[in-house]
Amino acid sequence: MGEYLTLFISAVIVNNFVLTKFLGMCVFFGVSKNLNASLGMGMAVTAVMTLSSGMAWLAYTYVLMPFNLAFLQTVVFVLLIASFVQLLELVTKKSTPALYNMWGIYLVLIAVNCVVLAVPLLNVESHFSFAKSIVNAFGSGAGFGVAIVLLASCREKLRLADVPKPLEGLGVAFIVVGMMALSFLGFSGMISL
Amino acid sequence: MKELWSIFVKGIILENPILVLALSLCPALAVTSSVITSLTMGLTVMFVITANNVSVSIIRNFVNPTVRVPVYIVSIATIVTVVQLVLQAYFPVLYKALGIYLALVVVFAIILARAEVFASKNNVIRSFFDGLGMGCGFAIAMVVIGGVREIFGAGTILGYNIMPASYDAPLLLILPAGAFIVIGYLVGGCKILAEYIESKA
Repeated sequence: MGEYLTLFISAVIVNNFVLTKFLGMCVFFGVSKNLNASLGMGMAVTAVMTLSSGMAWLAYTYVLMPFNLAFLQTVVFVLLIASFVQLLELVTKKSTPALYNMWGIYLVLIAVNCVVLAVPLLNVESHFSFAKSIVNAFGSGAGFGVAIVLLASCREKLRLADVPKPLEGLGVAFIVVGMMALSFLGFSGMISL
Repeated sequence: MKELWSIFVKGIILENPILVLALSLCPALAVTSSVITSLTMGLTVMFVITANNVSVSIIRNFVNPTVRVPVYIVSIATIVTVVQLVLQAYFPVLYKALGIYLALVVVFAIILARAEVFASKNNVIRSFFDGLGMGCGFAIAMVVIGGVREIFGAGTILGYNIMPASYDAPLLLILPAGAFIVIGYLVGGCKILAEYIESKA
């Protein structure tokens, strides 16, 4: 149990995907203009990442490995995620329209998001078991959520600030994230796996 | 000819993929701690985007629009896998340095975006130049970011020492946080440059 908890906390804070591995940047900067949208995005990413990591693990262990096709992993994982997201979109649209209204637009963006593809690839690379893969994916998703919500709250405040003209918008957002990354650096070394 | 040139050149500053469109930022941050890795990544993306634009524009009339995105993704993934295997065979050190980001070229937004926005509506030659220009803009931005970080963060360029021995390199620039801050200022700089070009035109 303790092992899983360490893995989870390390994925959320210490090895935060956005701030230390720079993944999922497009969505991170694109959808962080207001707080509600970023909250929805964070949850959608967590859900998709956890489920698709599970599927990718099964596909890798029971299909790619036995047939010696490990070099096809990128192609297979991308297709798996894209088709899974499409399916999820159809299902939520029919079964829970409320959830679809909250998530729908983000799902399409997630289909080709690097962080969602990176987690299954890294899980395979570090030879995690099925349970560990799921925990790691869930923690990484939660970490993404924390970072995007933090950035969105900063950007909402920044709109009222007097920023030099050329740095307005994207430029200052980058600098703010730089500061965030610097402060998250304080957590490094807290947990070593 | 002139038209092809303008297609090529727009990707370099006015629609620079990293600094203006803010697409495909992950590699721009992750592998730019030295010039050589930046350059390799830049050239890889340039090759993939050009090859993919060509293949998409060839097949654009045979693909049913409802399944076009999966088809593009398969095309990109195939090209990336080929590049990955080639780099692994001939440049194992660089392959290791680029790590997982090489596999992630598959999901770079800029590549899919060019396929969808440009190559699926234009002929082969125009798509080729569009891909080349966008790839070039990407590679240039990568090398600039990598250059700033390597020169000021480590005092070297391409591994050669260029700063005086008394230069105390700020570690910050090599750390993840430094990447964000450098790009933030470059985005501002690129905006000023683009405004200047437009005011002259």
